[in-house]
Amino acid sequence: MLEGLMTGLATAFTFTNILMVIGGCLIGTFIGMLPGLGPMSIIAIMIPVAITIGDPSAALILLAGVYYGAVFGGSTSSILINAPGVASTVATSFDGYPLARSGQAGKALTVAAISSFAGGTIGAVLLMVFAPALASVALLFHSSEYFALMVVGLSAIAAFAGTGQVSKALLMTFLGLIMATVGEGVLFNSPRFTMGIMDLQSGFGFITLAMAMFALPEAIYLVLDPNRSKTGDGDSGKISNLRIDRSEAKKIAPVIGRQSIQGFFIGVLPGAGATIASFLGYAVERNIAPKEEQDRFGKGEIKGIAAPESANNAACTGSFVPLLTLGIPGSGTTAILLGALIALNVSPGPRLMIDEPQIFWAVIISMYLGNLVLLILNLPLIPYIAKVLAVPRNFLIPFILFFTLMGAYIGQNNATELLILVGFGVCATILRFADYPLAPLLIGFILGPLLENNFSRAMQLYDGMSFIWQRPMTLGLLLIAVLLVVLPSYRQRRARARAEGVADGD
Amino acid sequence: MALDRWIALVILLICLAYGYAAYFTMDDLLPPIMRRSPIWPSSFPKVLVVGAILMALSIIFGLEKAPQKDKATDINLAKLHEYKVGQALLLLALMVAYALLLRPLGFLASTFLFLTVGSFILGERRYVLMAIVGAIAAGVVWYLVDIVLGIFLSPFPGFLNAVANGG
Repeated sequence: MLEGLMTGLATAFTFTNILMVIGGCLIGTFIGMLPGLGPMSIIAIMIPVAITIGDPSAALILLAGVYYGAVFGGSTSSILINAPGVASTVATSFDGYPLARSGQAGKALTVAAISSFAGGTIGAVLLMVFAPALASVALLFHSSEYFALMVVGLSAIAAFAGTGQVSKALLMTFLGLIMATVGEGVLFNSPRFTMGIMDLQSGFGFITLAMAMFALPEAIYLVLDPNRSKTGDGDSGKISNLRIDRSEAKKIAPVIGRQSIQGFFIGVLPGAGATIASFLGYAVERNIAPKEEQDRFGKGEIKGIAAPESANNAACTGSFVPLLTLGIPGSGTTAILLGALIALNVSPGPRLMIDEPQIFWAVIISMYLGNLVLLILNLPLIPYIAKVLAVPRNFLIPFILFFTLMGAYIGQNNATELLILVGFGVCATILRFADYPLAPLLIGFILGPLLENNFSRAMQLYDGMSFIWQRPMTLGLLLIAVLLVVLPSYRQRRARARAEGVADGD
Repeated sequence: MALDRWIALVILLICLAYGYAAYFTMDDLLPPIMRRSPIWPSSFPKVLVVGAILMALSIIFGLEKAPQKDKATDINLAKLHEYKVGQALLLLALMVAYALLLRPLGFLASTFLFLTVGSFILGERRYVLMAIVGAIAAGVVWYLVDIVLGIFLSPFPGFLNAVANGG
């Protein structure tokens, strides 16, 4: 591990990469604050930029920085104007906004920043310990287990979709997998399901799909319902006194410790992620707080900011575990990161740590750096960055739409892609009207080729489907997948995480 | 029938067409040597389409109990007319126009038009401000993407590029 750390330090501490972390965090914070652009959209917009950079470590460092920045920016807008830009910071607004209303916006922001920093840093330590261990186990896996593992991941994502939503989430997953079969695959040299259309020859573009599934519907929602894009009412806009005192620090320290660890492990689970971690963290801390503090939750209790903030950041870090060790994304955001990695010719999985350790370790080091940047650079800058919240809606929305278009256009230079984007965006908006979750579709789409690859390899090795019962581990995993879907108790576990101006997913 | 079941029906129809291709037409094109392999290009789609059809049917027949609708914050379809549907449709049309005009008009002009017309559709009437914002944004984004990042974005209308390139 020490050797790995040194590799990581050497890679991350180059001028370019430090610039990437700082730039990524700033861009992420800036855009994450805006309503309508969640981390997924921001990362998708940044992917062409990352690909232009070319160096996979630098690209991943940039994208990871954008990710933390976006989560941080989301909590800022939750606190200042009660409009979380990201689902995972909804819980932060419960206590953050009341504090800001009472003139203590500075304190709320500081508590949020310190908790995020601690959550992210503790998460990074845990990632450093657990990821190599998990990867060494994963090295024993064969293609049939990989296939089964991905099935488990996909069904877990569907199972977490909530009560009454499991069949919808599964249908979306299947639809994503089906869309992934369109075009020329790696496995077979002939194009499939293109209906003779030349533009479909290489399949659907994943950035186009990501923008169409998340950024565009959110923007359309903002247009439809002006209340969603409300900006500050001036009251809470004043940010002064970023200090907290010693007794407050003492009060939130244990909360941060507990929630960082809990958040991390929730983040590791596929399908759970930062949103569930933050709500659960908030609920747990409220329940175990002394009676007199319990009543203050929801009215401006700093513990109520510390809990969701440390939990969601730790969970963001935790969601990197399955991505980096197994190559299986557990959330929409990590699915987009996986897509970016594939575009950069890096295949995440247990071999990543052996074949390209510098990428893995550079990401870990960049996590420490990113958290540090957020704390010492972004926090003092927040009063200035928050000015972006004052941009009037009439100007903001055309820009959001424009960035959505650019995300799909840059790098591909194909105007047809934009028409596909608008078409899918309209479909995705209709799906959202009817409460269909969209993240499973994208995750299915990105995992599709990998799933088919491993399935085909297992089929070839065992000359048919017999691998399912001949390999106990495969059978076990597939049984878990079935249990996940049918076990109804899982459905109730997800707190519904929808509120105003919230981008889907985490 | 509720919207979600109509959607499931549409998806079901798409899946049936996809499944028909996977089960009946695709394999005809397979070269004989590939037929010996245990896995065909149609194998995985065949599995997928069965799952998708089952899920679509489960939604159409309402096998899974639907959750209580209690989200005041989400868009309420019954009150769709109270929302700014017209603006949304116009903006979508504007995006299509942008896609179609990007090549002929070039990046700078079409982006400027997109941003100003977009603000106009949303009800902005400070024309000078709109023009300044649109012009600066188009210029800055083009500079960042093309010059700084080195991703080519054709800035001017097609015929000007042809002139600039000597015909």
